[in-house]
This record gives sequence, structure tokens and C-alpha cells, in this order.
Amino acid sequence: MLKTLKAFKGGIHPPGHKETQQEKSVHMPMPEKLVIPMQQHIGAPCTPVVKKGDRVLRGQLIGEPKDRISAPIHASASGTVTAVGPMLYAGGRHVVSVAIKPDEEQETDPAIAPITTRDRAEMIQAIRASGLVGLGGAGFPTWFKLTPPSEHKFDTLIINGAECEPYITSDYREMVENTENILKGIEDVLYMTGIPRAIIGIEDNKRKAIDRLIQAAEKHPNIDVIALKTRYPQGGEKQLIYTTTGRVVEAGQLPSSIGVLVLSISTVSYVHTYLQTGMPLIERRITVAGDALNAEKNVILPVGTLVSDVLDFVGGLKAKPTRVIMGGPMNGVGQFTLDNAILKQSNAILALTDEKVDTKEESPCIRCARCVQVCPMNLLPLDINNKILQGKVLEAADKYHLMSCIECGCCSYACPAARNLVQSFRLGKAELKAVAARAAKVEQAKTEVARG
Amino acid sequence: MDNIFLTARSSPHIRTRISTRTIMLDVCIALLPISLVGVYQFGWYVLAILATSVATAILTEYLYTIFMKKELTITDGSAAVTGLLLGLFLPPAVPLWIPVLGSIFAILVVKCLFGGIGQNFVNPALAARAMLMVSWPALMTTFAAPRDLRNSWIPWIADKASILGQTVAGSAAADAASVATPLSGLENSLVNWPGNTMEFMAKFLGYSSGVIGEVSSLAILIGAAYLFIRKIIKPTAPLVFIASFSFFAWMWLGSETLFSGNVLAELMFGAVLFAAFFMITDYTTTPMTRTGQIIFAAGAGFLTAVIRSFGSYPEGVMYAILLMNLCVPLIDRILVPQAFGGKKAKHG
Repeated sequence: MLKTLKAFKGGIHPPGHKETQQEKSVHMPMPEKLVIPMQQHIGAPCTPVVKKGDRVLRGQLIGEPKDRISAPIHASASGTVTAVGPMLYAGGRHVVSVAIKPDEEQETDPAIAPITTRDRAEMIQAIRASGLVGLGGAGFPTWFKLTPPSEHKFDTLIINGAECEPYITSDYREMVENTENILKGIEDVLYMTGIPRAIIGIEDNKRKAIDRLIQAAEKHPNIDVIALKTRYPQGGEKQLIYTTTGRVVEAGQLPSSIGVLVLSISTVSYVHTYLQTGMPLIERRITVAGDALNAEKNVILPVGTLVSDVLDFVGGLKAKPTRVIMGGPMNGVGQFTLDNAILKQSNAILALTDEKVDTKEESPCIRCARCVQVCPMNLLPLDINNKILQGKVLEAADKYHLMSCIECGCCSYACPAARNLVQSFRLGKAELKAVAARAAKVEQAKTEVARG
Repeated sequence: MDNIFLTARSSPHIRTRISTRTIMLDVCIALLPISLVGVYQFGWYVLAILATSVATAILTEYLYTIFMKKELTITDGSAAVTGLLLGLFLPPAVPLWIPVLGSIFAILVVKCLFGGIGQNFVNPALAARAMLMVSWPALMTTFAAPRDLRNSWIPWIADKASILGQTVAGSAAADAASVATPLSGLENSLVNWPGNTMEFMAKFLGYSSGVIGEVSSLAILIGAAYLFIRKIIKPTAPLVFIASFSFFAWMWLGSETLFSGNVLAELMFGAVLFAAFFMITDYTTTPMTRTGQIIFAAGAGFLTAVIRSFGSYPEGVMYAILLMNLCVPLIDRILVPQAFGGKKAKHG
């Protein structure tokens, strides 16, 4: 069926903790409060189009996109808007949000109807209107990905079913509970984009899902299912493309430059649900796990549910967590309180004690080169870290390829000296951005002076 | 749920359980068989040498950090490892002030003054040994006699092994008699145990003389196996070093013509095996990339053979590795790999 798979260099094997895999997902009843931030995507935040006191309906538009690529935001429940303004957001900052008190009736917006058009451009616009963003955690507005830049042409759709982060099993449950929907969603995307074939890549620690999908894909001759060797970060876009197709995305380029479109498996499943029902993205499945919890589950809940409410729903905390993470332990964002909302792209909430979380202090580099061995982008993390700490950010970028870092965290994970490698790279990249911004300002000032 | 405030850090939030200290501990464990053989062969005095070396190393680093008002570093175990490696590289009868001076030099001069762990530019234990060698050559080249193999239980086994050895050597010699080629020279040197089987067993098990750590090839291999299993070292560099050294030793170290060297004898002499697994694999003083390590190991093997054939030091491996250590920054700078996706990425 398919050629031999290419192994990507490096990678790590953290303990999997996939205990929630075999349990059916549970639906959370409507909570008493929803907070819906205007930033749930990559791009500029949306502008709220409702105000305090308004009554909103389920699926109604409440946030309008401000820039070219952003996705709109919708009310996850019918109810009353209790407040609009900056509210606490994942990661500790404040973002303009709409707080809703859900009502008993749960009335759906009557404008919502299935998408019946078969015009491709209209369908893609409909996907934009649904508010769909990458559900695997990235949050990139999906509709924008479906149209490649004019100089590129897609020939392969790759579906990311790797789910390589520990603890997270929400994609797995989607594969097992909604198998047929996934395949129909893939067919929808293939139709909309004109791509001839699709490959679904799934890590081999999800045997049941692989078997189900292989069986269901028999009716779809242009869809192949591949089992991938379990290794983090197999779900990283560049690594996934390389393993499934052998193609390499060039530094600074998008996958579209080599003819590939990558979508998360939950994203593509939602595409079909949306086209069938017309209901915007207001609900998702999220893995709630960690050793600080009384129970671990996959929960289907409304977007905007507070973290504290979900944790209460699954049975509460049995110990004070050392860290609460929105996302996985390798890439997720550490939380400061439990009072912020779950976003469209949040795929997990983890509550971990210090048995599971690293709290070691940094010590000097011993040049063991484990970071070099595990880096999937073939970098020299210890040198990049060294240059950044010396303040030589430009050298880190030019000579040691800092901008090729995908921030997977393998280097920090593997370091015996507990060095904050990838963390320093984030600082370095931010500094580079600042340097470039300053340089642009200087150029602009020069032009203005020259103009007189 | 009560309103709780949590601390957060930038991801990743998990880490491997391996630390600098666990790595150093594993190295000490790997050196245990070698140390025990040393004590068995040469007596309790060896324990005094090793203990003095380790204690001086730890004390020197401790005093340095106190004096320079730096954070305590001896808890990472690296001073102890340096002390142990240096001690194992000394002849078994040296006066105790030798390991004291050696350890102080290794820790204070080579390690601390250059920036501490991870910053030394050459292998501290080897550099200290070189310093001791040039300062007190007589003391550093006087070796004690090991136990007598004939008084042990080994001869019984040797009896069985010699039958095997003679059969193999016999058939190879018969084939080689017809055509004399470099390859038959290789066969002869490979299957001819150094001297006879007894002599080979003596060298292999540790009934031979030399520095404390090199006498037992078996103990070295056991220690190396432990390091491989614990993923402290990878086999690439040691094997390339051994292969490179073997090739050039075969070429130059024969008594008659080229390509007549007795490889097995050369490998079991002069701490080559000890260096292969415990010095060629040192993290700080060897290259970071796999290609770099291969170049480093090949160069060290070559230089060891050069020094042995054309120089005046019969062991050679110490200086070979020190010389290659000096090349490491250059090797690392030349071999910065391309990122996955090739070519330089633009910044900003």
C-alpha cells in the first residue's frame, strides 16, 4: 500500500499516561457560567458584537474577526450576557471576553442551517463562518489553510492522528467514537480543496483506533491509514510530513510549498459535523487528567467552560496540584488560577503534583549532547542556549538556526543538568522580533527624514 | 472549588529523571569492577591511592567554591569521578602525595580555573597524569608486580582454552603457509594470542602489571557494558577508536615488516581499552555531534599508534587524547549541522 516510513531524527519517549484511552467520553451538563474570550485563534482578537444585558442564542455570532485570516466567535449557550471586557485568560494575561449566564431554555439561533452549497469557494467561506480553528491545540484558522498561496498547489492531505503528547487522548476518543464522521470530513475537505488523496497518520499506541479507521477507510480508496512509530514529537507538522511522505519542509516555508495540507483529525471530523448541521464551533472534547485529580476523563463540554467547573465535574482535586496545564505536558501553558475559560483549541487540562512535574533548578551544562541527540530539527540546543545567554541572539539565529526550532521541548526534557533550553529559545526569538521591529522603525524613520 | 493560585513555568513541564549526579554515580559504579580488581591484584594500598585521589579532588573543589564565594558544586559528583579516574590511571605503588598533587592540578587548574564543570578544555584526569608524568617520570613508570596467575584457579580454565587456541592458530598457520600476504599476516596476528594462552588470560583477567585501571580487560569491558546499558555512553566513539588504533597498530607496530603488528597484544597494553570507554567518551572534552565524535576517536586512535611507533612513550594514549581534546572546539565549529529543512533560516 505505502512505501517504508521514514523515521525522523531524535525525539523522546516520555511516559505515556494514556489511562483515559479506553473510557467513553462523558457530556458535561451546561455550567452556570461561561466566559468566551475574543482570542481563540492565531490572528488579531475578534471584536465583541454584543453588550452587557443582551440575550444571546446558542450558536449566535458574538465576536467578529478583525483581520484577514481570523475566525469568528460564537455563543456556546443561550442566555444573558453578564459582562463584556478584559477577563483572565489562559497564561495569566487578560483578554476581552464575553461572560454569559446560560438559561434553562437553551434556544438555538434560528439562522443556523446545514450548509448545502457544493460551490467550493462558498464552502470554504462557510468554514470560516463556523469559527473553526485547529483543534489539535494550534488554533490556526482552518479556512485560511484550505486555500494555498497562488504559487503552490496541494497534492496530499495529511490527517494528524498522532496525538504524541502524554496524557491527551481526546483525538483517540474521536477516532473510536466518531470513526465514520472523520472519513466523511476528509472527503469533504478533499472535495473543497480538490486534493486527490489523504493519508491519516496515527501513532501505534492507538491500535484500536488504527484498526477501526483502516476498516472504515476500505470504502474510501483515496484515503490511506498509516501506523506511525510512537515517539514524541511525531505529531509535529514537519516530522509528520516527513514520516508519511518523505518530503521535507524547507526552513521558513509552509507545508503548502511542498504540496501538503495538514489538518488535525478532530478538526476534519468537525468539518463534516458543521456542513451537516450548520452549528458553529461551540463545543469540544477535552482530556482532563493528572495525578492530582480524583478521576480522569474525556469530557465533551461547551467552549468557555471554566477550568474550575470542569475539574469539579470530573470529581475534583485530591491534592493541591503543583501545576495545572492547559494542553499537554510538553507544550501546554501553565495556568495561574482555575478561573479562566477553556478555549476552542484547548485539548487537555492537566492537574499534576510534583511527582509528575519537573521542579529541578538549572545547573551548568556538562556538554553531554543529549539535547543534540533528541532534537528533531537537527539543531545544537546547548550552543543556541549558550549564545542567547551571552546576549548574542543574532549569532544564535544565523549560525545555529534558532528560527528552525519548533519548540517541541525535547531538549529541555532530556537535559540532565535541568537547563531551560527551549525556554531560552523563546526569549531569544522574542528578542529577535524586537531587534527586527527596532530595525524596521529605524528604516521607517530614515525614510521619513529623507522625505523631509 | 476554592480559589487557588498556582505557579507556572514555561513548557515543557516534565523532564527525564536522569541528572548530572545520576550520571556520575553510574560512572563510579562502572569503575567499581576495575577498582576491585586493582585492590585484589596489588593490595589494600590501592584503596589508599584511590581514596586519597577522590578525597583530594572533592576537597579541592569544595575549598575553591568556598574561597570564590560560589555555589556548592561537589554535590554533582563530578569531582569524585575525576579523582577516581585519575587514581585508576596511576601505577599501584606511587607515594600518596602523587594523587594529592595530581587531583589538585586536575580540579583546580584544569577544571575550576577554566569555569568549572562543562568548561574544561582537556580531560582533567589525563592532563594531571601528563603533568605527573613529566615531573616525576621514574615514579610514574615504576609498576608493581601483580599476583601470579599460576597460583590461581585460572590455569584449569586456561588448559581448556589453550586447546581451542592452538586449534585455531594451527589451522590458520597451515592456510597461510602457502601464500604470504598482508592478510595472512593479519590472520596470524589476530589468532596468535600474545605469547601463549596463559599470557593472554593473565592480561585479560588482570594478572598483569600496569596502571591500576588498565590491568584487567575483563573488568573494563564489564564497566563499559554497564555504561552502555545505562545509556551513559554510546558504542560509536569507543569502537571507532579501537578500530582506528587497531588498524594503525597492525600497520606500524609489528617487529618485522609493515602490517605485522600484534593487534590483540597492543590493545591489552597501555590503557588503550580503559581510555576507549572512559576517556574517549568524556562528555565535556569530546565533540557534540556523531560525526565529530567519529573524527575525534579516529584521530585519537591514529595518534596513539603514531606515538607508540615513532615516539618515546610506550603507552601513547594519554597524549593522543589530550591532543585531540585541543582540536574539539575546531571540530565542533566546523561541524555545525544544517537544520532539518536545510539552509540557513532567516531571522526576524
